[in-house]
Amino acid sequence: MIKSNLTIAVSGLNNVDSPGPGISVIRGIRESEVIQPWIIGIAYENLEPGPYMHEFVDKTYKVPYPSEGVDSLIERIQYIHSRENLDVFIPNFDSEIFVFIKLADRLKQMGINTFLPTLSQFEERHKSNLSQYGKKYNIMVPKSQSVTSIEDIEDLRLKSNISYPLLVKGKFYDAYIAHNTEQAKIYFNTISANWGLPVIIQEFIKGTEVNVVALGDGKGNTIGAVPMRKQYITDKGKAWGGITLDAPSMLEFTEHIMSSTRWRGGLELELIRTSKNELYLIEINPRLPAWVYLAVAAGQNLPDALIRMAVGQNVPPYRGYETGKMFIRYSYDMICDLTEFQKLSTIGEL
Amino acid sequence: MIRHGHGITCDVHIYEKIKQMKLKKSLAISETGFVFDPSTGDSYTVNPIGLEIIQLLKVGKNLKSITKIMTQTYDVDHNTFERYYYDFLGMLKQMQLVTLDD
Repeated sequence: MIKSNLTIAVSGLNNVDSPGPGISVIRGIRESEVIQPWIIGIAYENLEPGPYMHEFVDKTYKVPYPSEGVDSLIERIQYIHSRENLDVFIPNFDSEIFVFIKLADRLKQMGINTFLPTLSQFEERHKSNLSQYGKKYNIMVPKSQSVTSIEDIEDLRLKSNISYPLLVKGKFYDAYIAHNTEQAKIYFNTISANWGLPVIIQEFIKGTEVNVVALGDGKGNTIGAVPMRKQYITDKGKAWGGITLDAPSMLEFTEHIMSSTRWRGGLELELIRTSKNELYLIEINPRLPAWVYLAVAAGQNLPDALIRMAVGQNVPPYRGYETGKMFIRYSYDMICDLTEFQKLSTIGEL
Repeated sequence: MIRHGHGITCDVHIYEKIKQMKLKKSLAISETGFVFDPSTGDSYTVNPIGLEIIQLLKVGKNLKSITKIMTQTYDVDHNTFERYYYDFLGMLKQMQLVTLDD
């Protein structure tokens, strides 16, 4: 089969102990049977490992953080596009998704395709909106309350009927279990300093954390979905090992969300399965997760499917995957030449 | 209530329930004693005797036939084996590897 040449920009190349999804997404794309990719790495920092992983990334460009202003970001993308003629752009950081949803039309006019959720799909699944989300789509969610000041923590039991232990979460990342008000206040300060406000207080549901990586076509269809349980969790709560599950109820849950929200793009569902086999939704991450290569290895190449849908191809849904497929993450000291670091630091390209 | 051989007081219904329990159909059991539950992702290892009992449960043998096979194969009397069998099944139940309706 003749593969189609596509130039694909991918961010999230911080393949560190709490990795971004970029390298896993690229691994999937590189295993595509229909795409011959030229991978453009999009880096924010000089020491993101991805730019130096030449077996995955063909060429890297540094870009300014979206927080520095959308105009300078789009200007940089225009420059990259003039050099590389990008076909698809896949942002992989939670904190980028909002900006790229806003930029999607402008990118499309430039000839760059994305495959992202709509703004309303993105907004309604925020952790701070979880209670309303649960009601709207008839799914079980833990009680949640957004707090913007430390005083709100004192009144939690009265205002939201959430008792200890409870979870204190950042709007993008980080979550801590607090067993009393003092701990909750400490975590509130830590999280708000790192991620800003609001901080989300969430009911602690006892059970096993399970996850699903899935891809929706934006018309209500689930193109693929693979459930997983983390077998080993780091102190940052990230999976260091995981295994695919035979879990029809989790797939039904995912299909329900996909069909009722008409989700477009990749997502990760974070769920708690109780001892009664009830599933509580605790979070929806609006992009493919760092462990997405497990799904590829289990038989569903979701990054490949996402790219193909981004360029307008009709992709049939995946049926089935291998159960009991595992991943074990590892660290590796990559040896790099100073000239490469110098190049990325000074001219912003590698 | 009955008083069992090794001094544990149990409800007779628990024994009746355990007798009716069946191994989860989806379990993957290797010849080396590795047991994998694909619905939870949990895995366990069992010793050779445990493996033999699990394999007998897997092919649908009941307590009576398992007891007969084990007492014929090993130097163990009927009552002692049954006691260990209930302990073992209780453990499998706790690990959710056996169900009443699977």
